[in-house]
Amino acid sequence: MTFKKWRHELPLHFMLLPALVLLAVFSYWPMVGIVIAFQKFYPNKGFFGSEWVGLDNFLYVYHLPGISQIVFNTIFIAVMKIIAGLVVPITVALLLNEMARERIKRMIQTLIYLPHFLSWVILGGVLIDVLSLKGILNQFLGWLGMDPVYFLGDNHWFPYVLVATDTWKDFGFGTIVYLAALTGIDQSLYEAAEIDGASRWRQTLNITIPGILPVVVLMTTLSLGNVLNAGFDQVFNLYSPQVYESGDIIDTFVYRIGLIDAQYSVATAVGLFKSVVSLVLISSSYLLAYRFAGYRIF
Amino acid sequence: MVQKRGIGRTLFVAFNYTFLLAISVLCLLPLIHVLSVSFSSSAAAMGGLVKLWPVQFTPNAYEYVLKKPEFLTALWITLKRVVLGVSISMFLTILTAYPLAKEKSKFKWRTMYAWLLVLTMLFNGGLIPWYMTIKSLGMLDSIWALVLPGAVPVFNVILLLNFYRGLPKELEESAFMDGAGHWTTLWRIYAPLSLPALATIGLFTIVSHWNSWFDGLILMNSPENYPLQSYLRTIIVGQDLTMLTSTDLSLLQDLSEQTVKTAQIFLGALPIILVYPFLQRFFIKGIVMGSVKG
Repeated sequence: MTFKKWRHELPLHFMLLPALVLLAVFSYWPMVGIVIAFQKFYPNKGFFGSEWVGLDNFLYVYHLPGISQIVFNTIFIAVMKIIAGLVVPITVALLLNEMARERIKRMIQTLIYLPHFLSWVILGGVLIDVLSLKGILNQFLGWLGMDPVYFLGDNHWFPYVLVATDTWKDFGFGTIVYLAALTGIDQSLYEAAEIDGASRWRQTLNITIPGILPVVVLMTTLSLGNVLNAGFDQVFNLYSPQVYESGDIIDTFVYRIGLIDAQYSVATAVGLFKSVVSLVLISSSYLLAYRFAGYRIF
Repeated sequence: MVQKRGIGRTLFVAFNYTFLLAISVLCLLPLIHVLSVSFSSSAAAMGGLVKLWPVQFTPNAYEYVLKKPEFLTALWITLKRVVLGVSISMFLTILTAYPLAKEKSKFKWRTMYAWLLVLTMLFNGGLIPWYMTIKSLGMLDSIWALVLPGAVPVFNVILLLNFYRGLPKELEESAFMDGAGHWTTLWRIYAPLSLPALATIGLFTIVSHWNSWFDGLILMNSPENYPLQSYLRTIIVGQDLTMLTSTDLSLLQDLSEQTVKTAQIFLGALPIILVYPFLQRFFIKGIVMGSVKG
């Protein structure tokens, strides 16, 4: 009996084998490679051949002059993106929900989802052109009588440009979840409210918003895991040395010291710090979501 | 049932239509601008005269780009990675999701395997160890470096396993009754029934392979192995290794860096815009399935 059960299960193990081998090589082996954060690593000696230096790399980074600014930039940009990424999609979803004409609504949805599917390389190319000093946006500002703004080269503007363009790319896509929640609201509640003479505004306050609140809380909780994710792809394609002061984030810093300056161990130490903090943040946000919303991914 | 609407409501509706139409136009304007520049004459493009319509229309930039060897090589590499990457990923997704969709009572190892997968989403070794691993495998500059490291899309596996679980249990039980094994059940019953979910995942995988640029940038040492998006990045940040030569300029008149650059940007976005209508039909279901499941 057990043998028969074992034979019946065997193909299941085989089906998982290729995926597990690939994950072992490309996900788990690099995790083993984290040891180089505690070494003075030479690439040709492998993960275990170099001299151990304890926490020296971490201390070195801790004493780097610009590091607190980089951590600040990361959190500042990421938190602003999280807030905009909640407020804008929820507002737009509520406004779309008030739209009676299905065809116009669908057309608007089609247009606002589109930027999500283009890469930051493409959008970077587009934005560098549009936001440049002689670009179309500055021509428009000039037409309104304002001075041109160097959006991508001015440290005052750059973080906000990042938040604005990131929101521009993803707010439409972000509405999908809330629109789905909106269609899930019991329509008879609106009919009852209508009979009681409640205005549309009261209906929104007392039916629509409470109706999507669980999803809003869930999405807020899950977004906490992104506090250190300021968006490498975007920053990397839009920044330049002029705006390192306000735009350099942990991920771009790791890339530059690791792959450009070849300080492998130092870059790995910084990366490890970020991975550990992110792991704690993501795990706690998922735990909260599971506790309070019964949310499970599988 | 039509109630008389107050003036406030009418104003709100008018504002609402205007506002939503305005933001949706805002999503499209930058792309229209770039398209217009790419079809304009060199002088108009360099002079910043182009707004939202081509000035002195000319397709010269496209004629040049479509014969430019660097562009075509990069495009060919991207096509290879899309075909290879999508087929391998889809095969692995179908295969991996099946055992993980089993009840714990039917397959007691399921939880352990599922955690092994999920853990890779929660934690990773970071950029440098990842790069070193691929380098030590001798995969730098090979197409496999663009395909294999991301070949198991764990998020998609979870989407598909949730879909498998929604299928009626009786199908599987009757297949076993008729003597079919797991392998037959997967390919004859589960895979065909999950076509809608597979279409969603497939399109997402195509888009993500088409859009990937960072792996190409760091894993390919020589720029002639760059996929299209990595190549586009080099021309956008102004490190174009293939500046227009004087022979190019004499071959095709009325050509500028600006128009050539925007033409390439637009061509890089074009396939996405073309598959987008199909994508839209599926992805709403997919994203909802993945993010707000009971």
